[in-house]
Amino acid sequence: MRAWHFSENAYPYLPPADTYSSIRVTLPNKVYDPAKGADLYHRYIDEWLIAEEAGLDIMLNEHHQTATCVDPAAPLMLAILARASTKARLLILGNPISNRRQPVRIAEEMAMVDVISKGRLEAGFVRGVPYEILPANSNPVRMNERHWEALDLIVKAWTTQDGPFSWEGNFFHHRSVNIWPRPWQQPHPPIWVSTTSPSGAFAVGERGYVQATFLTGFEGTRQVFDGYRRGWQKAGRKGPVPIDRLAYAALVYAAPTQKEAYAGAEKLLWYVTANKVPPHIANPPGYVPVAANLAMMRGAEHPLSGFKKNASVEAAIESGLMFAGTPDQVAAQFKKVYDYVGGFGHLLIMGQAGFLEHEDTVLGIKTFAREVYPRLKEAYPDSTPSYTPKAADGTGKFAGAYSGP
Amino acid sequence: MKTSVIKLAGVDVEVFEAGSGNPLLWLHGANGFAPAHPFVKPFAERRRLVVPSHPGFGKSDLPLWIDRPDDIAVMYLELLDRLGIAKTEIVGCSLGGWIAAEMASMAPERFAKIVLVAPAGVKVGPGDKLDIPDIWALPQEEVNKLVFHDPAKMAVDPANLSDEQLTIMLRNRETTALLTWEPWMHNPKLKHRLHRVKAPTLFVRGVSDGLMSAAYVDAYAKLVPGARTATIAAAGHAPQLEQPAAFAATVLPFLDG
Repeated sequence: MRAWHFSENAYPYLPPADTYSSIRVTLPNKVYDPAKGADLYHRYIDEWLIAEEAGLDIMLNEHHQTATCVDPAAPLMLAILARASTKARLLILGNPISNRRQPVRIAEEMAMVDVISKGRLEAGFVRGVPYEILPANSNPVRMNERHWEALDLIVKAWTTQDGPFSWEGNFFHHRSVNIWPRPWQQPHPPIWVSTTSPSGAFAVGERGYVQATFLTGFEGTRQVFDGYRRGWQKAGRKGPVPIDRLAYAALVYAAPTQKEAYAGAEKLLWYVTANKVPPHIANPPGYVPVAANLAMMRGAEHPLSGFKKNASVEAAIESGLMFAGTPDQVAAQFKKVYDYVGGFGHLLIMGQAGFLEHEDTVLGIKTFAREVYPRLKEAYPDSTPSYTPKAADGTGKFAGAYSGP
Repeated sequence: MKTSVIKLAGVDVEVFEAGSGNPLLWLHGANGFAPAHPFVKPFAERRRLVVPSHPGFGKSDLPLWIDRPDDIAVMYLELLDRLGIAKTEIVGCSLGGWIAAEMASMAPERFAKIVLVAPAGVKVGPGDKLDIPDIWALPQEEVNKLVFHDPAKMAVDPANLSDEQLTIMLRNRETTALLTWEPWMHNPKLKHRLHRVKAPTLFVRGVSDGLMSAAYVDAYAKLVPGARTATIAAAGHAPQLEQPAAFAATVLPFLDG
């Protein structure tokens, strides 16, 4: 079991929610105070490094034109962390490759970070939530097709070492691709893909990349992982899916007492409750299949939308979206979800949101790392790694830090 | 009256035909076509009306290689060949008007008369302001107000549609997004090709159209040699649906004249 500290770098100092129609895309950026924003960036970087010191790995992501995640260029933050951290694995989850138009540039960025960090990169790729469509001016139709073509191109760019190759696909065209640097990890860094739908997970399973799912609770997570398992088998692989292929992102807050823990967990709910977005921005045409849109027009509701109406720490724990409480309680809640969904090898900890202040964030990180993490590692040992890249220098050492001139 | 499936460039396209006489190719807008649309009767009484459902609309297929209106324009020139129509009148509404304008710029000699109803397809205003409002960035109620003169009467209530009708409606929306997303609602090349159009051309606009402004339609018409414009009262973006009698009374004399 590996645990990753994930922070969205939110900017929570907003006017009352009833004064704006959407926290994403249309909220004017005059609301953002760069002075406060600078302090937040430095604070969030500190928290990642505190998590690393406590033994956790590091995860970050990217969103655009939103107060919920002021990290619109995650590779920049990743580059800072590659230099500032020394031992944590660095997971970017991820690069929105359906919305970024230069997959080769992304291959270059990731290769740079892999080399600077001496092989600590875990390269994640996401299709992107629907609210990313307008900021990217990205066509919401055929995103999956673009996603897979972009990822195939990136892998080819990482793994081609004998000079330029050309690419003439449906969406991307290059006459000469020959990236410098090539990645530290050979043939390429571990690849992650996130999706919260079973059909999406099937496609990830076919390719055997690490599958992450976010806040999908008991039922949704089981369906996603089952979709992955079907794809994994469809591709002709024998045996069960190794747990290091599966990751679950939950809101996690551990503290010495239940009272402290619930107070912190309450603030983490901001992550879900503050996400005010009108339907036309949340569901552009073509983002979900026609059949799913039909079901919505007939009244079907996204599970998170239902939860949001009566959000509480108890309900979040009950749904499997959150692990919160004393270390004993968190471990017990974790076990329930783990057993129900059939196991997973990575816990992506959404451990900071909204107004969870620095001291409380650190308390949550440290309590988890000290009191919960060792138990999880013991109870859910890693499977044999299904993908072991080699270091480019042949030493097999990945976690090296820059040691000065 | 019949609906058949014709394979064009390997794509199965649903084609509705009604009436007899001189051919009239009718290209529907973003909302698609249904044989019950009120313009069918007055036009089929006077013409051989041919209405294809664009690829990705109705039950027509949508292959991966199609992603722009001019892809469809080329297919429809082939449709005319297949139907043995050397020269035709054409009416194109909104997205269909864009396809019709592309066709007329590609093969001016194939058209006897051209009617463009609130057509998309060109960019005439400044670069930092959309010519046509972004319908995907607005709530549906606001879009309805832009599209219809009388939204209370005209807007579709999904509750009244069958699953099959809703599925087609949702697929039509998706294909519209695919075709019009970027550049938004226009082909930057088209305005440099429209001077080739030879046939008498009429632009029609509903007076309450909130999508295609009068300034936009007027500027578009100036790109087509000799084009005229007409306005339909008490109608929005789809005067052929909202005021079918007034629409026919404006368009049929132009076609006959």
